[in-house]
Amino acid sequence: MSRAEVAGTVRPVSPLWTLGLLRNELATTFRRWRTLALLAVLAGVPVLVGIAIKIETSDGSSPGGGGGPAFISQITNNGLFLVFTALAATLPFFLPMAVGVVAGDAIAGEANAGTLRYLLVAPAGRTRLLLTKYATVVLFCLAATLVVALSALTVGALLFPLGDLTTISGTRISFAEGLGRALLIALAVAASLIGVAALGLFVSTLTNSGIAAMATTVGLLITVQILDQIPQLHALQPYFFSHYWLSFADLMREPVYWDELAKNLGLQALYAAVFGSAAWARFMAKDITA
Amino acid sequence: MGEPSATEPEHSDGEPVIATRALTKRYRGGQLAVDGLDLTVPAGSVFGFLGPNGSGKTTTIRMLMGLIEPTSGTARVLGQPMPRATRAVLPHVGALIEGPALYGFLSGRDNLIRYDSADPAADPRTRRSRVAAALDRVGLTAAAGKKAKAYSLGMKQRLGLAAALLQPRRLLVLDEPTNGLDPQGMREIRTLIRELASDGTTVFLSSHLLDEIEQVCTHAAVMAQGRLITQGPVAELAAGARGRLVVTTPDPAEAARVLKEQGVGDIAVTDDRVTGEPPDRDLAEVNAALVTAGVRVRGFTVERASLEDAFVALTGEGFDVAG
Repeated sequence: MSRAEVAGTVRPVSPLWTLGLLRNELATTFRRWRTLALLAVLAGVPVLVGIAIKIETSDGSSPGGGGGPAFISQITNNGLFLVFTALAATLPFFLPMAVGVVAGDAIAGEANAGTLRYLLVAPAGRTRLLLTKYATVVLFCLAATLVVALSALTVGALLFPLGDLTTISGTRISFAEGLGRALLIALAVAASLIGVAALGLFVSTLTNSGIAAMATTVGLLITVQILDQIPQLHALQPYFFSHYWLSFADLMREPVYWDELAKNLGLQALYAAVFGSAAWARFMAKDITA
Repeated sequence: MGEPSATEPEHSDGEPVIATRALTKRYRGGQLAVDGLDLTVPAGSVFGFLGPNGSGKTTTIRMLMGLIEPTSGTARVLGQPMPRATRAVLPHVGALIEGPALYGFLSGRDNLIRYDSADPAADPRTRRSRVAAALDRVGLTAAAGKKAKAYSLGMKQRLGLAAALLQPRRLLVLDEPTNGLDPQGMREIRTLIRELASDGTTVFLSSHLLDEIEQVCTHAAVMAQGRLITQGPVAELAAGARGRLVVTTPDPAEAARVLKEQGVGDIAVTDDRVTGEPPDRDLAEVNAALVTAGVRVRGFTVERASLEDAFVALTGEGFDVAG
């Protein structure tokens, strides 16, 4: 082995091997007790909603009394609507909070435990590690949403009848097509969380305390939700990551009304670009002293 | 050791494994942690990096590993500039920095698998066997399946070492590797370091335990308050603080007179011991002169200076935390 050889070529690196870190990161994340607890809480929400509606309507009255999350009044006719209701109920807080915890902990948690220095000395590569973390958080968004949807579908099927359903526009679609729409809605909800994920990752590069990063991310989430309710701020509100979240309901129109859905996806992409770049710039320049 | 030496890595010739020029780190807030460091670690050496707590050792190591950007100056590791060449250099470097850091919720084995998958140059096909070999090397095979949070400090330290040994390395950077180990564990680690060194790995060992450095290191450098005080082969450093000639005799007064004639300086007499700075001439002649003069000699020896004497002589102080 000559010096020049060491200088020029590290052992040949297969591009697939660099995905080894992502595989390991996913396995590590989804084996954590904390991740499983978050998913369990999310799975519990549709169960609670389903049982509450079952009890409330056992005397033949209609659920919600006109209030409550979207689609709630339709659940007794068709269990599939529990999927839409559960997603509408978890999207404002439960889902983004879970994402905020995982994203906020991504870098700061490793720094806190000291494992960040060993990953970087391995050498994981700062860009590669950050991309791996972001990919994992985005996949967690998808997993969390699917957990809510599948739990709701199971509970809905057990407690209520299934069958053809009526869209918001009043047309009838088959149960199979309804399932397809449910999947699309789940994907739209998961995509709605991409902005929070990028924000959380950025916060995570700012501190060496996982708890502080999680708390800050969740705090920002609540603040933005409150600001989105203040009418005087309507000029700013289209730029809040949560502003178009409930646009997923438009997937239940016939034909689908894409306008706000597209705005939501564009806004999430903007957040991912802005805060992703900020996180990268910060992480590349950061002195790892923890 | 079992390997044939056909591909023996070059020893002690050519480029040093670590070379820094005027390496300086000033933290935000103005604290000067490392000040104009010129460090040279020859290939094949076991290099002891000494200094009190807070003297800048860890900041230096972090700069060498690309974790911290130097304020000014350059650092080259394995002939490549750091932190620019981390991807090319670090797969050849195993490191234990400021104690081990582990995922408590993962088993010891899974911790190593995680660190190994973080290295894009590590072959995943041999991952399991390399992890098993590393665990075996530090004596953790039996505890490999236990969650790391249940490990004792010594076991964590061993697991950290195992992570540094996942691949054949050209350089091992070990920051206080025997921290938290019992005496038996310390001995094992020293034996391991000697083994690795005899395989041709350069070992950069930071410690505040002087006798540890003296036992295993061929070279050493001493830092205090961010500056390099001295560096060189351990034998030369210890020789810097010269040993003392000690003569044990029932005739101390006569012995002192003869020794003075023979050019021994700074003579001190306590009971039957006469000590002094040895002269440049052959000590056998000094002994012969004593006997010729009728001095009855019970013992004639040179007490070698320890690295600790050298250290105190260099820093002019004890081994206290720098303020």
